[in-house]
Amino acid sequence: MEKIKTPNLFMKHLTKIIFYFVVFLFVIIALFPFAWGFITSLKPTSEVNNFSINFSDLSFSAYTYIIMNFPFLRWLFNSLFVAVVVTAGNMLFNSLAGYALAKINFPGRKIMFMMVLVLMMIPGVITMVPMFIILVDLGWIDTYQGLTIPFMFSFFMIFLMRQFFLSIPVSLEEAATIDGLGRFGIFFKIVLPISKPALAVQFILTFVGTWNTFIWPSLLCRTQEMYTLPIGLNSFYGQHVQFWNQVLSGAMLLTLPILVVFVIFQKQFIEGMASSGIKD
Amino acid sequence: MKLLSKSRKKRKESIDGWLFMLPVVILTLVFFIYPAIRAFYLSFFRYSIISTNPKFIGLYNYIALFYDNVFWRALLNTFLYAVVVVAVQLVIALMLALIANTKIRGKEFYRTAYYIPTLTSSVALVIIFIFLFKQNGVFNALIGLFGIQPITFFGNPLLALPGVMMMAIWASTGLYMIIFLGGLQGIPRSLYEAAEIDGASKWQQLLNVTIPQLKPTIFFNLVVSIIGCLQIFDLAFIVSGGNGGPLNSTMTVVLYIYNTGFKSFHMGYASAMAFVLFMIILILTLISKRLFKEETG
Repeated sequence: MEKIKTPNLFMKHLTKIIFYFVVFLFVIIALFPFAWGFITSLKPTSEVNNFSINFSDLSFSAYTYIIMNFPFLRWLFNSLFVAVVVTAGNMLFNSLAGYALAKINFPGRKIMFMMVLVLMMIPGVITMVPMFIILVDLGWIDTYQGLTIPFMFSFFMIFLMRQFFLSIPVSLEEAATIDGLGRFGIFFKIVLPISKPALAVQFILTFVGTWNTFIWPSLLCRTQEMYTLPIGLNSFYGQHVQFWNQVLSGAMLLTLPILVVFVIFQKQFIEGMASSGIKD
Repeated sequence: MKLLSKSRKKRKESIDGWLFMLPVVILTLVFFIYPAIRAFYLSFFRYSIISTNPKFIGLYNYIALFYDNVFWRALLNTFLYAVVVVAVQLVIALMLALIANTKIRGKEFYRTAYYIPTLTSSVALVIIFIFLFKQNGVFNALIGLFGIQPITFFGNPLLALPGVMMMAIWASTGLYMIIFLGGLQGIPRSLYEAAEIDGASKWQQLLNVTIPQLKPTIFFNLVVSIIGCLQIFDLAFIVSGGNGGPLNSTMTVVLYIYNTGFKSFHMGYASAMAFVLFMIILILTLISKRLFKEETG
């Protein structure tokens, strides 16, 4: 008995050790770049290439320097404003459309849903050139309208919301109809409040996506005052490559707000992702 | 009386339905369908936003594309990038999802930790990675411990694209992990219990229960990541300062479209390129659909 059990037990322990090694290795790979970038952003310029950390030298002086001398706060505001407006628009419009496709029996519903499925597969790059021309014609270059309004819908999110709304029992809405609520009343008072997981998914994916978006702002932002943070940071990076503590401070300014938002909403987000209609 | 109220109700439903759809319909028409049609139209013209009227040149743009060496190079880079990134990130994502789906303690922490890189903006990503991987950076110091000569990724025509691949894999694996996790949680417990009764080992359960059950999720992730990878732009643009260098080694199709359309202002030519890329993506999506349909019966 003993002789058979020992190697078995040994193997079991070995697999466990390898398993935990892999788990931790990936945690380090995922988090180390941030941690190292953050620590370096706190160092004085002369120390950035030094691998040792001298805790008495660490300070936020690179942050205050770039904020005082470059329009980082303005860029931060632009990014925040654009992300909030685009996310709010998306959440409202995609949810409305997703609800109609799931629950309202209107002529053309089937065709509309087919359209969503087809358009979802069309890569955005195809519209890039003409969309730029349209925005020039509208006079929306270098404006907040240009940075927000064209991006207030997403076929993928409409699809996601539809799948979620389908799972809401009809009886709930029928009860509300008897209570005298119209469609909009039902939607805002009954349906949306119980759709938090799906809304959290939409919120996080849209907010993060808009906050980080690069290609359109790089075409649309012409003056420094209109730069979003990624565009501003990219131009700053191009001119200050040697000052790694400053450049990394900028990178942290760009990353930390999104981390905070994610940590606040992560529970609902992950719950929503797990239960979403992505599986189909 | 009842009939009348029924038809009224029906009319109310159709009005409500279209009211709910209205914002999306308007935005889609103005900012998606109209530009897409116009792009197709423009691809048959010589057109620049800064010069005079568009000039019809038929299929000339598409033919010129065929003889454009930079375009072929961009296509090759994009394919190489997509093949490596899609394969590596989906395999790692599945592995991480399996880890986060076990009963280990603190799995919420691991799940969050693995997801966090996906939150990074491409600009921050490039800055952090260039810093870690520069000549005297921490990566080279680490491999120096094993006696390996320093490697510089960016600025080296052979290694710049692999460097971009590495960043992309780091930054997007977490997203596919979360989606896999959703798929894993949808697999009925009973299937595993049945497999255990039949004496199947963990490996056999993975191969015979998990993977087949996960097929729709794998398909979804595959299509989404192919579509995403073939449109790689941000990282290539930022790493190369916009020119796709060194020596076009980070030139990708979308970056070339961008430079052709918005730096050289050959907007018709850029549109033609966008349509070719669209056709490629469409064909690859249909092929993967076929493959998965056939296998699932």
